[in-house]
Amino acid sequence: MITASGLDLTFETNDGPVQALRDVNLEIEKGDFVSFIGPSGCGKTTFLRTIAALETPTGGEITVNGMHPEEARKARAYGYVFQAAGLYPWRTIAGNIRLPLEIMGFSKAEQTRRVAEVLELVDLETFGRKFPWQLSGGMQQRASIARSLSFDADILLMDEPFGALDEIVRDHLNEELLKLWARTGKTIGFVTHSIPEAVYLSTKIVVMSPRPGRITDVIESPLPRERPLDIRDSPEFLEIAHRVREGLRAGHAYD
Amino acid sequence: MDGVAAMKWFLPVLSVVAAIVVFWYLACVPMNVKFAMMTAERQGVVVSPEGVQARRDMSAILLAVRNPVVWADTWTQDKPRLPAPHQVVAELWKTTAEVKPTSKRSLVFHAWVTLSATLAGFVIGAGAGIILAVGIVHSRAMDMSVMPWAIASQTIPILAIAPMIIVVLNSFGVQGLLPKAIISAYLSFFPVVVGMVKGLRSPGPMDLDQMRTWSATRAQTFWKLRLPASAPYLFASLKIGVASSLVGTIVAELPAGGGQGLGFRLLSGSYYGQTVQIWAALFATAILAAGLVAIISGIERGTLKRMGLA
Ligand SMILES: Nc1ncnc2c1ncn2[C@@H]1O[C@H](COP(=O)(O)OP(=O)(O)O)[C@@H](O)[C@H]1O
Ligand SMILES: [Mg+2]
Repeated sequence: MITASGLDLTFETNDGPVQALRDVNLEIEKGDFVSFIGPSGCGKTTFLRTIAALETPTGGEITVNGMHPEEARKARAYGYVFQAAGLYPWRTIAGNIRLPLEIMGFSKAEQTRRVAEVLELVDLETFGRKFPWQLSGGMQQRASIARSLSFDADILLMDEPFGALDEIVRDHLNEELLKLWARTGKTIGFVTHSIPEAVYLSTKIVVMSPRPGRITDVIESPLPRERPLDIRDSPEFLEIAHRVREGLRAGHAYD
Repeated sequence: MDGVAAMKWFLPVLSVVAAIVVFWYLACVPMNVKFAMMTAERQGVVVSPEGVQARRDMSAILLAVRNPVVWADTWTQDKPRLPAPHQVVAELWKTTAEVKPTSKRSLVFHAWVTLSATLAGFVIGAGAGIILAVGIVHSRAMDMSVMPWAIASQTIPILAIAPMIIVVLNSFGVQGLLPKAIISAYLSFFPVVVGMVKGLRSPGPMDLDQMRTWSATRAQTFWKLRLPASAPYLFASLKIGVASSLVGTIVAELPAGGGQGLGFRLLSGSYYGQTVQIWAALFATAILAAGLVAIISGIERGTLKRMGLA
């Protein structure tokens, strides 16, 4: 569970202060799938990084599982998936997934067991011994997701994880991600640029707008948790998509 | 590699080598032509123009063109200004295969002396370079304080003052391998520092943030991310470093007076006008350098392959 109240974050840059986040208030419940959508520079990445204690807010409060973000990290509360897979070229896929486990001091046997388990979860059972360059971009990103799942964090933070992939691969991975979410019951924070992606995946859609970065709308999705791909043609889906689009447009009317 | 593929690079390489050898033989003619004409004249051969005085200010190329009769002699003199390839090869053969490797007349002996000082210097220099790089990457204070000195150290024309340093060290009783190794280490540490710092810093902000999300310690980030990421950079700089080490040793041997090492052979050759000996020592040095670089390349290939990077 993540709670932000009155969260402010201002970067001091050479061109003066940049308000990346202003007065952000948000509740994320356990098991939620929350998407953050908005134009570039509206603070999506910054907000995710603040949850992960990679940025320090300049005002307001944020708690992760009831803890300060730093403590939450030490308690292995979250796994973070970056935009690029960030796999080490000198480690095999299994070796890459083992990396956080080595760092966290899991036993050898436990490492091996967990690597096998998460490889299966992302459908890469037979690729453990391959090197990253031998995998497609989509498979690399799946390996990166597996890596962030390996140590049982109950929150998964993903910053445009499929942004660099083509539409077809993306559709497939979205479907897979929903299945994975259903199987594991994780809480997911997901940054995206794509309205259909946000609506298809989320139980809650957070619409943001830039200068200063802020939340302009929070939409609770009425869609069922079980979602076949063709739900995207249903009237409910289109209605939510419409509301997201309106929210984005309203944000722009400010400037 | 199959035969056809091998031929593909073998032929061009062979042609280049052949072209160099031909050019070399041609260059010997004008270089050695004046002495050859003098000798020929003394033996009663008619050359044009006659008399040393008449030829003094003439261009060597012109003399060479006008006197094909002395060409053969330009390739067989005892102390030519430029020895011919076969003379250098013969000298190399004579001083390696035909004398005991422990003899002072053996190039193998001198090469070993040079090699041991080079290796000692290289190990010291590369080791110091790596340690400094680790410090520079991890401590801002060291980055600010050591790096400028490392750069400043390279503005000292060490090659020019090496003989002086050797002489000074000698007067304090520091002799033999050690002073040479010091110069050699001095020249090799810098490329290693620079390459290693670049390599250790090669992981991007995302890689480092990733490590932070796992609460990795600095030591873990070093061993699991920075060090492996630096491997390609390290090997590139080790190759430059080992070549610099060898140059350092050779220069340090010039005034050593110990009568040992390829540098000494170069110098003693030039004292006595033994150009063939100088060239043989030069080639021995080049072969040694190529061998050292090849060994590092081999280790590099093996390591990077095992790491999945090549
Ligand atoms: N480290 C930083 N230093 C200075 N400004 C930053 C930094 N990170 C982000 N910003 C600024 O904060 C704003 C929000 O950035 P970001 O969170 O990356 O937006 P988004 O992910 O929505 O595109 C942008 O104006 C960006 O330029
Ligand atoms: Mg972003």
